[in-house]
Amino acid sequence: MSGYWDPQIERMPVKDLQMLQLDRLKAMARYVYDHSEFYRQRFNEANVRPDDIKELSDVTKLPFTRKVDLRNTYPTGMFCLPKNWVVRYHVSSGTTGKPTVVGYTQGDIQTWTESLARALTSIGLGRADTVQVGYGYGLFTGGLGLHYGAERIGGAVVPTGTGNTERQIELMQDLESTAIACTPSYFLHMIEVAERMGISIRDDTKLKTGVFGAEPWSDETRKRIEEATGIKAYDIYGTSEISGPLCTECHMQQGIHMWADMFLIEIIDPATGEQVEDGERGELVVTTLNKWALPLIRYRIGDLTVKDSEPCECGRTHPRIMRILGRTDDMLIIRGINVFPSQVESVLMKIPEVASHYQIVVSRKGPLDVMKVRVELTESGFSDKIGDLMSLSKKIGKDLKSVLNIAAEVELVEPGVIPRSEGKAKRVIDNRKI
Amino acid sequence: MSEIKQISLFVENKPGRMAKVSKTLSEAGVNIRAMTVAEAGDFGVIRMVVDVPEKGYQVLKAAGFTVSMTDVLAVEMKDSPGGLYEIVDTLGTNNINVDYAYAFVTAKAERAMLILRVDDLAGARRVLGEKGIKIATPGEIQKI
Repeated sequence: MSGYWDPQIERMPVKDLQMLQLDRLKAMARYVYDHSEFYRQRFNEANVRPDDIKELSDVTKLPFTRKVDLRNTYPTGMFCLPKNWVVRYHVSSGTTGKPTVVGYTQGDIQTWTESLARALTSIGLGRADTVQVGYGYGLFTGGLGLHYGAERIGGAVVPTGTGNTERQIELMQDLESTAIACTPSYFLHMIEVAERMGISIRDDTKLKTGVFGAEPWSDETRKRIEEATGIKAYDIYGTSEISGPLCTECHMQQGIHMWADMFLIEIIDPATGEQVEDGERGELVVTTLNKWALPLIRYRIGDLTVKDSEPCECGRTHPRIMRILGRTDDMLIIRGINVFPSQVESVLMKIPEVASHYQIVVSRKGPLDVMKVRVELTESGFSDKIGDLMSLSKKIGKDLKSVLNIAAEVELVEPGVIPRSEGKAKRVIDNRKI
Repeated sequence: MSEIKQISLFVENKPGRMAKVSKTLSEAGVNIRAMTVAEAGDFGVIRMVVDVPEKGYQVLKAAGFTVSMTDVLAVEMKDSPGGLYEIVDTLGTNNINVDYAYAFVTAKAERAMLILRVDDLAGARRVLGEKGIKIATPGEIQKI
């Protein structure tokens, strides 16, 4: 069992939390209306005024914002405070378009750090821990975010960043790191490199906790990581537009606690924009309640998940979101059928002969979309009888089809052929020219 | 009775893969006695008998290949018509299945060597022995 970082807030009765949220929502609506030309115009277009917020459900009167708004107002057009308040910028990589810039006041950094301090405490980390931060440092939010959070709880931070994997593993041994934070795909790579170095993460290091995120991953991959290394693997959620890594599961591993004093979350039907019930899958919408340089009102990140408002068994009362299925823009449409890379992953990771790295290649043959899934064999999965390999490949195809409802070609490849990533893994190659 | 250890490799069906395998073995001074390639579209399986199987296995593994070792029989076969028939007929009538087989001829003997993977190794050894068919030992394969 783990303690609480801020028990008064984390265990606050739901009614009180909602009153706090309402107060903050009202203040936030007023604040953005008064401080930002962008928001004032949006509110006016939606014919809503800050005073129209009388109860929490009135949030639906407010207009949505999207990534495209941040791009259109690049670099700082949506900021609500002048530059002299800003103490830090983070900038997205811009791989899918123009980059987005997020600025933070001193207070915003504090809030972000508190959020992570609560989260890291909830998975049992504290003063005694040495936390290796294997997320990228710099414009990307991952490294610095985890760094501040781990320092706040009194942990010792080893700021390795990404890359230089052999050195990471040496440091993990020498400095006795007890926790690591990085992308799950990078950790899978680390396991391989450690094996090659003759080091067992289970027996030769003190690692016991992993904080993995920044890309969608599956429960099956979690199982593999936990079984291969003996650590507990926790899911962390965040998005660069809000503050990068923010919230994690607690030790119960039953969904990510979204701190309600910091965010008001809704799940909507992406097609209609209407809120859906708890337990129904939809798109996550976040309103920041305590962020001042760049507040976001009803921000549509595009992540698909399910909400659970019931208090957790750990005693925390804040709503939880389940593992992110994928981002609406990660979704592939193949022959008219929606396919998420995370679905492919959960099928593959149940098959013991398949190694942890895979790649999805989509191309077009004539009028037809063709999906090919490239998988590496594990050593123990290799049979020298061709028939066994053919039936393995057939089985993978059949399992994929039963989950995805479309046929996939399966290509068995040699180990190490699929590129390893140090940051976010590139699982999909889409060669279609549409 | 120690068995002949065959090395099997998973390889993608791409130019240069066989070259990489043979280069790895030659640099380690491992000599290939016999080999066969079975292909199945995108990939194939290379099977081979070498003079020092443990070493061959280690160097290929270190080079990043997916490798396994399999017990096979090396059966001496008369290098004349009917040589193969006698062996496979003996196995067949005793209900022993041959998963795959490949042959090579040695320089010094007038005999050919048949490499067999069967589903019942001990049974095959027994029934072939009863027929007076000679089965090579790992030491003999190494010395060829």
